[in-house]
Amino acid sequence: MTLIKTLKQWQESENNVTPERIYLNRRKFMTKSGVFAASAVGGMLAANKLLLAADGTPLKKLPHQKTQYNPGEELTTEQAITSYNNFYEFGTNKTDPAKNAHRLTIEPWKVKVMGLTEAPGVYDIDDLIDYNNLEERIYRLRCVEAWSMVIPWVGVSLASVLEKLKPLSTAKYVRFQTKLDTEEMPWTLTQGLDFPYVEGLRMDEALNPLSFMAVGLYGKELPKQNGAPMRLVVPWKYGFKSIKSIVSIEFTDQKPLTTWEKSAPHEYGFYANVNPNVDHPRWRQGKERRIGEFRRRETLMFNGYEEEVAHMYKDMDLTKFY
Amino acid sequence: MSKLKAITSVRNVRRYGKPIVFLVCLYPAAWLALQWYFAYTGQPHGLGFNFFEFTNRTTGEWALRYLLVALAVTPVAKLTKSFKPILFRRMLGLFAFFYVTIHMCSYVFLDLEGNMAEFIEAIAERLFITVGMLAFVLLIPLAATSFDKAQHWLGLERWRKLHKLVYIITPLGILHFYMMQKTTTPEPFIYLGIYILLMAIRYLDKRRAKA
Ligand code: HEM
Repeated sequence: MTLIKTLKQWQESENNVTPERIYLNRRKFMTKSGVFAASAVGGMLAANKLLLAADGTPLKKLPHQKTQYNPGEELTTEQAITSYNNFYEFGTNKTDPAKNAHRLTIEPWKVKVMGLTEAPGVYDIDDLIDYNNLEERIYRLRCVEAWSMVIPWVGVSLASVLEKLKPLSTAKYVRFQTKLDTEEMPWTLTQGLDFPYVEGLRMDEALNPLSFMAVGLYGKELPKQNGAPMRLVVPWKYGFKSIKSIVSIEFTDQKPLTTWEKSAPHEYGFYANVNPNVDHPRWRQGKERRIGEFRRRETLMFNGYEEEVAHMYKDMDLTKFY
Repeated sequence: MSKLKAITSVRNVRRYGKPIVFLVCLYPAAWLALQWYFAYTGQPHGLGFNFFEFTNRTTGEWALRYLLVALAVTPVAKLTKSFKPILFRRMLGLFAFFYVTIHMCSYVFLDLEGNMAEFIEAIAERLFITVGMLAFVLLIPLAATSFDKAQHWLGLERWRKLHKLVYIITPLGILHFYMMQKTTTPEPFIYLGIYILLMAIRYLDKRRAKA
């Protein structure tokens, strides 16, 4: 099946979810209990602010189509998604990125494409993302720290981006890199990780229909703390795989050494598939805390995307390839 | 100068100084309790989006701070050549114990939802929890012998020796903090630096006393 064909298939299956349903969900969410209401009220109070990026410029609305990608669970509030972040380039506390990411400059945004490809070069973001064909996908996000969210992303399939870049058949992996600018990100000098941030996927993972390149959330451009202007979303893997603010894409036949794997190889593997049966040395992975909920919930194999992705790992020992 | 002396008379320290310090030390816990109340009743609150993580981290940090403040009392008394700071030492030490206790309880009852099997597994398998737990267990005898009568029962020498455990407990707390972090940030080293400074003052003072 060619990439183009798969793309078409997804577009046909859009519109199964109407916006009304989402808003009804949200209302139910708000009234469910006191504690939920607390976060929701906070969200409402800050609603005006949310239309603005951290530096005060308004976030543009992104026209997009709805799709079938919706687990049917309550959405995490926009305020939580944009205030509780891991983006170590802007500090290690969860509240740091929302405070500090305004320093990131994203215009113009160029992406360097290299390695095993017929079309290396420096691309403008508009060359990579088809802004006339944006779709929304509601995905679970499961952090390795055992918390989770449900996020309405806006973007394009990763396959549609990689297709444009004409990888050679010898390319086995794709390696992504986050912007590094020590003036915009002075935290990179002190926070104990080796920057620039590097992530990677096996080629078949990258081309899996679930892999997504997000440029927005909640119908608007990505706020900087969420990885503007373009970030990966791989919903069956722990959140750190979903690399933010991407400035380079490299096709390679070598497994990329990712930032977290480099920092603690016995803790973070290359695959980092969500797996309730393989514990992390620091966090038990069997349960998770959904942001906005009071009780923990069970973590699902491959974060609930087993059907779509399990086949890619069927001959692998997942306790070894964590 | 004489005025200052009058204001900081032992009687005033006991009568006003201690309650004030008590309230100041209680403030972080009281604030946290109030935020939980706000969260429960659906009002805006300061717990952020992960109440559990926030509560655990705040109390852990305060536990470490009070350990260091309690550890600073004797050096400060020595440097100022006044015994008055000593009047606050027990209270500060007990506040350290108080915050460690809430810190641990927030982990066990909020994070693990009271699941004791998971708690025991965590102590056995997660080294940073093992270290934290060791620090907590070592703090128990100190808290338990913090009242005046205990000094008489144990004898002053033995009591002093026992309470020197805090020289080990504090670096265990710092080690726990260091191990718990995903990356190496400067914070645990700042705490370590303060600890080393306080121990150095003790050491130098002892050498001077001997000479
Ligand atoms: C003297 C004793 C202890 C001290 C001084 C202490 C201090 C700390 C500090 C400073 C942190 C980091 C907070 C932050 O990141 O801002 C922390 C984290 C933590 N502590 Fe302790 N702690 C102690 C004992 C314990 C005990 C007995 C337990 C549980 C049995 C425990 C469980 C935890 C957990 C689970 C975390 C990590 C939370 C997370 O990953 O977000 N601690 N502690």
